[in-house]
Amino acid sequence: MSDTLEKQGTVEKTKEMAGQLAVVNEILERNGNDPSRLIPILQQAQEAFKYLSKEVISYVATSLGLPVTRVYGVATFYAYFSLEPKGKHIIRICDGTACHVKKSHGLLDRLNERLGLNSDKLTTDDMMFTLEQVCCLGACGLAPVMVVDEVVHGRSTPDHVDEVINKILEDEKNAAAQ
Amino acid sequence: MSDKKTLTVNGKTVEFDNERNLLEVIRNAGINLPTFCYHSELSIYGACRLCLVQVTTGDRPPVVMAACSTAPAPGMVIQTETKEIRNMRKIAVELLLANHTVDCPTCARSNSCSLQKIAEQLGVTKVRFSKRTQIDPIDTSSPSLDRDPNKCILCGDCVRVCREVQGIGAIDFAYRGSKAKVVPAFGGDLGKVECVNCGQCAAVCPTGAIVPKQDGYKVLDALYDKSKTVVVQVAPAVRVALGEYFGAKPGENVAGKLVAALKLMGFKHVYDTTFTADMTIFEEATELIERISKGGTMPMFTSCCPGWIKYVETYYPEFLPNVSSCRSPQAMFGSVAAETLPQQLGVDYKDMFVVSIMPCTAKKFEAQLPKFRRDGRPEVDVVVTTSEIAQMIDSYGIDFNNLEPMAFDMPLGLSTGGGVIFGASGGVMEAALRYAVEKLTGEPLASVDFKEVRGMAPRKEATLNVAGMELRIAVVHGLANAKALLEDLKAGRVKYDFIEVMACPGGCISGGGQPHGVTNKLRVIRQQGLYAADKANQLQKSQENYMVDLCYKEHIGGGPGSHKAHEILHTAYQDRSQVADAKLFLHKGDAAAKFPVTVTVCTKDAEAPAALLGMLAEHIKGRDYAGRCDLAAAYTAADQAAGTVCVTVGDSFLGRTNFSGAGDAAGFKTITDAIDQWFAQN
Repeated sequence: MSDTLEKQGTVEKTKEMAGQLAVVNEILERNGNDPSRLIPILQQAQEAFKYLSKEVISYVATSLGLPVTRVYGVATFYAYFSLEPKGKHIIRICDGTACHVKKSHGLLDRLNERLGLNSDKLTTDDMMFTLEQVCCLGACGLAPVMVVDEVVHGRSTPDHVDEVINKILEDEKNAAAQ
Repeated sequence: MSDKKTLTVNGKTVEFDNERNLLEVIRNAGINLPTFCYHSELSIYGACRLCLVQVTTGDRPPVVMAACSTAPAPGMVIQTETKEIRNMRKIAVELLLANHTVDCPTCARSNSCSLQKIAEQLGVTKVRFSKRTQIDPIDTSSPSLDRDPNKCILCGDCVRVCREVQGIGAIDFAYRGSKAKVVPAFGGDLGKVECVNCGQCAAVCPTGAIVPKQDGYKVLDALYDKSKTVVVQVAPAVRVALGEYFGAKPGENVAGKLVAALKLMGFKHVYDTTFTADMTIFEEATELIERISKGGTMPMFTSCCPGWIKYVETYYPEFLPNVSSCRSPQAMFGSVAAETLPQQLGVDYKDMFVVSIMPCTAKKFEAQLPKFRRDGRPEVDVVVTTSEIAQMIDSYGIDFNNLEPMAFDMPLGLSTGGGVIFGASGGVMEAALRYAVEKLTGEPLASVDFKEVRGMAPRKEATLNVAGMELRIAVVHGLANAKALLEDLKAGRVKYDFIEVMACPGGCISGGGQPHGVTNKLRVIRQQGLYAADKANQLQKSQENYMVDLCYKEHIGGGPGSHKAHEILHTAYQDRSQVADAKLFLHKGDAAAKFPVTVTVCTKDAEAPAALLGMLAEHIKGRDYAGRCDLAAAYTAADQAAGTVCVTVGDSFLGRTNFSGAGDAAGFKTITDAIDQWFAQN
């Protein structure tokens, strides 16, 4: 336990978090420290950190003079906000009516199996992939639709899913080798 | 007559004026529509859908609407009861019951539950939906309140009372749809957030989802233990509300019967918190006069209400020097009992057991604070609420209504009217004025009534001319009103000398531990009960309490303001402003019981506090308490006074200490000395 009690490490960790929250300061200022702009503030914070940590939620709340529960309530209400860190690659499977009828579940099952995920566990342990099911991506003509890192893959199949994953893994491997 | 607005309710013509919704109009017409989520003093929510009515306007077809969120309009034709509406109400209740842990006989709200009552009223005899299977854990982390999410019907009453009436928002809705729930921040423990323990959430909760912590069994254990001498104090507000449980008229003073009942239960001596309320006046008015004459920190705030104290500690620590250092009457009783009773009753202190009967859930929190402990145990061993003691009296089979009244035991049972009115908003102020005005002018008061501080107005103000001096006073109740006053003070919009704050609307008479179903009307009736008790007392000024005088002479250094009085009747406050801050734990101890050392870090200038945390890490490493110690940074955007840092240890505030940076050895030593000393004592 006492190994955490290092002088220099403590100073650095304290400052690192202060630096992260200083990013929130900028976001707050950009929004005029206006509590009625809570949602845009949270959106911008999520953009900056990929998710909303407990610290960011508390900090936004105390800075705006709002109860922490209020901000927590807003952050948990909207599916857009994530309170968990997300993986490097984000895969969204559409389960809107059209995609559902076109067997989007087949894509989801394959991905869950391939990545060892399930409905409670959305991110791989190595923080490489996050798998999300979304209600409609507005591309019903291409059903079933999968979006990987903002790239739309229409009329996808389980085998195609495998190819996409293989490609990402290979790229990651090459990048690591360099 | 012709300009009166009318509409029709169930065929009857009803006049209306400025009612804020149809529900109020219909209730005024004598139809008591069922509701869960409607409280006249809270904003309109429209969630429970029980106040549905059929509304016909002009020649449009009838529509079913929620009466609480529909504005009345002339000519509306209202039908409160149709087959369709009854079925809708029943389905709503059935769905709630399917989601509810129905353990009525063992629930603390068994006899005062709106869900139970409305289900019965509507004739819901079976629930056609399958039960929810997921059971969430019960939150027992708070010393004042227990939260059972499985009994929550999502009416939001607690959320709105906490935010709107108390200005806090310690609980709120999280998630959505079928996953929605009411939780403290991050779904965590109520005992660890900004909650001030006032219990107004429990007072408005229609079910048993938030209830005052039930501590009655501890009292029973002490009563059964023959080696214990169990003594009890009864707060002023209890006597005008307890009777409601036994069907007495609201506001009736049942103190005498309560004393008799407690004696039957086996309490050895029954004392009156009003005695130490009088003593509070001696101390607090003396403190006020001293602050005025010696140029102390002004204005001065009262300190009787532990909900208010935790509020100011959390949100406005800069005002802590303005708060009277007097303990609350409950805590004063604890120390006076410990000082005087063992000798007087001929018992060992360790065999004495002190119980409090309070209208208040925050008093449960106060009693367990480390600063109110003596010889390793709390000076007040257990606090039970009015509702709890009512239930306990009932459990003994005592026929309360037919008891012959008895008097409180002496000497800690003698009281004046000044002490009794502590239970109503404005009462502490009035009692203090009765004392202070007489002291300042040196002449007996012609009239003891200061009616300008009574009643339910959100802020009561007056300027008195006392001995050629202007004394500006203010009284607020409900913490949102206190917040508005503090903001006005900060902005220089108002100037006062003496301010009374009570956390609960109307004062202690509507505390979180009082019998349920409080309305503003009932608040006024309970207040009137206390003012009647004041009038009926031969002694109306606290300074006339000769037993308090005697107690000072024999035990407390001769008089108010003495050294001994400061030792046992006063207290110090702590800065809790870090509670909601974003925290980073830099070190976690490995012992079972740990205390955090927390340093506030301003994100705009982290240099000095970061250096301090580094130095503290090194310092703690070599200490024997390293395992019992967490080290944390609390981040804030608020600017910190230059060259100072805010450090807390456990529940104690080391103060805003001078520390300018890594080279400040002297500042660092002051801080580490305080921390070392704290851990040596805890």
